[in-house]
Amino acid sequence: MTTESTIQFTPERLAEAKEIIARYPEGRQKSALLPLLHLMQEQEGWTSTEGMDYIARMLDIQPIEVYEVATFYTMYHVQPVGKHVIEYCRTGPCCLMGGDDVLAHLKQRLSIETGQTTVDGQFTLKEVECLAACGMGPVFQVREQYYTHLTNDRVDEIIDELSKQA
Amino acid sequence: MTKKILTEHINVPGIDTFDVYRQQGGYTAVEKALKTMTPDEIVEEVKKAGVRGRGGAGFPMGMKWSYLAKPEGVPRYLVCNADESEPGTFKDHYLMKHIPHLLIEGMIVSSFALGANKSFIYVRGELMYVIRILEKAIAEAKAKGFLGKNILGSGYDLELVVQPGGGAYICGEETALLESLEGKRGNPRNKPPFPAVKGLYQCPTVVNNVESIATTSWIINNGGDAYAAIGVGRSTGTKLISASGHMRKPGVYEIELGLPVEDFIYADEWCGGIRPGHKFKALVAGGSSVPILPANLALTLANGEKRLMSYESLSDGGFATGTMLGSGGFILFDETSCIVRNTWNFSRFYHHESCGQCSPCREGTGWMEKVLHRIEHGHGHQHDIDLLVDVSKKIEGNTICPLGDAAAWPVASAIRHFRDEFQWHIDHPTEATQPGAVYRGEMALV
Ligand SMILES: Cc1cc2nc3c(=O)[nH]c(=O)nc-3n(C[C@H](O)[C@H](O)[C@H](O)COP(=O)(O)O)c2cc1C
Ligand code: SF4
Ligand code: FES
Repeated sequence: MTTESTIQFTPERLAEAKEIIARYPEGRQKSALLPLLHLMQEQEGWTSTEGMDYIARMLDIQPIEVYEVATFYTMYHVQPVGKHVIEYCRTGPCCLMGGDDVLAHLKQRLSIETGQTTVDGQFTLKEVECLAACGMGPVFQVREQYYTHLTNDRVDEIIDELSKQA
Repeated sequence: MTKKILTEHINVPGIDTFDVYRQQGGYTAVEKALKTMTPDEIVEEVKKAGVRGRGGAGFPMGMKWSYLAKPEGVPRYLVCNADESEPGTFKDHYLMKHIPHLLIEGMIVSSFALGANKSFIYVRGELMYVIRILEKAIAEAKAKGFLGKNILGSGYDLELVVQPGGGAYICGEETALLESLEGKRGNPRNKPPFPAVKGLYQCPTVVNNVESIATTSWIINNGGDAYAAIGVGRSTGTKLISASGHMRKPGVYEIELGLPVEDFIYADEWCGGIRPGHKFKALVAGGSSVPILPANLALTLANGEKRLMSYESLSDGGFATGTMLGSGGFILFDETSCIVRNTWNFSRFYHHESCGQCSPCREGTGWMEKVLHRIEHGHGHQHDIDLLVDVSKKIEGNTICPLGDAAAWPVASAIRHFRDEFQWHIDHPTEATQPGAVYRGEMALV
């Protein structure tokens, strides 16, 4: 059963979604699933059941085909998240550059543990695996932006900047 | 200065634009290939070049291309693997970000050689900003007549599609990548059938790494023999090395294969030595999956000769004293690094990234992580080291895809070469769990 959806793409995103679906050969529209989930998350901030059901209808596939994909891949937030999701690289090469200490500082600064959201709803902290920027570690990502060569001071600056964003 | 094939123009201002790339000689390979060569002639040049897959497995690219099935009336696909998720590897990211047209040009000539009219570049989803760079480059190339219908009047049509992943290391494995590209979970397929026969949408498909495809323009322009003249023995050409960890200058370097490991680490042209005041302890030469080596074995072969940056020299000695070139993720550890902690970190990675289809991998990676976690955190048991060796052996060779091996090797090699360090953690838990504590016993630092 699909839920009656209140969520839909904005007109611009709908146009983009149609263009994405048209990229694949006839009958292979399911290939658009990962890109459309990204598009939905970009719009809504996370990947809700309503959003997934909407995409299932758009691609003419079963909702379960969307859920099983969204939960397999780590980038889709299937629970609500804060305004800024910090995806912090926890893998070996970044740790060699002091990644563990900077992560500890970040947690202290935000007063949250990994997986939690700050009480004001501004920040969610996630730990992720290698982001393919190991020579510039420690590294985290917020949406499309990479922040590299992190130090405690640099983390404070970034959090200050992001907090100011409307 | 060593020969640069991929990165010669990478620092030219504006090289990410079509016009500047073209001024530097870009897209001449497309003109030459489409106007003067047949697809088979291109495959022949790539074979002569001897270039081996740069994604990790090192399989000869020309040979892979020649295996592609060509049934009548069935489309063929080229898929570029830009999933780059092997810890320690960041060269494809660097190349695509700075010089996107090099990949686009390579995709055009490679697609033409394989007879593909729709080709895909599958980029890990975290690199969304790079996807936008590639899409802009594709739009530019299309506007100039290098993509789309009837390219340069040759009658050849090609569309390029950039596909984002969703965050999953396993999608770098080529059959998992194809599943993902079809909009499914990234579960690797059983082989055979190989992608060359049944790949994307069950059609014949070639999957190649970004760096592999990027070499083709130079090969077309200069010939396969000229490419094969660079490098050493069966390790022809140049290789991008992603250098991270405790060297003075981490970064991406293009080297001629055959460069001594020692020169790569110590010469100013490359890593510039170990960071000041520290000593060289260990090396992971080819991404997190390959066996770790202590400094002395990283620099010299068992017979005392210098070890070289090549497929053959790095694997000299087998797993007893050697390792692998892999993806070229070169991670250097100085004496402040705890091998137990790093091994636990890597095993957590593989456990997290296992797709869960085969029990030796799903259960074994979890078990290894758990045991390593307890050793690292001061709760190790006396039999744990043997237990780890045993579990790693049960995973190796018993899984659908090579992620199982990739998870087993780092653990087995760390124990092979640093067993005393593991034992010290078990025997001295209080000392070993102090902040920053590292084993300082007998070992060969350089
Ligand atoms: C777990 C796993 C992860 C892999 N990740 C990548 C990757 O991120 N990029 C890549 O090019 N190849 C990766 N490979 C290798 C691919 O399966 C495949 O061999 C490669 O893309 C072929 O291209 P090449 O011959 O040009 O190297 C991975 C393999 C495995 C088993
Ligand atoms: S080896 Fe691991 S990652 Fe590969 S198919 Fe089996 S369970 Fe999945
Ligand atoms: S280990 Fe952090 S980016 Fe690779």
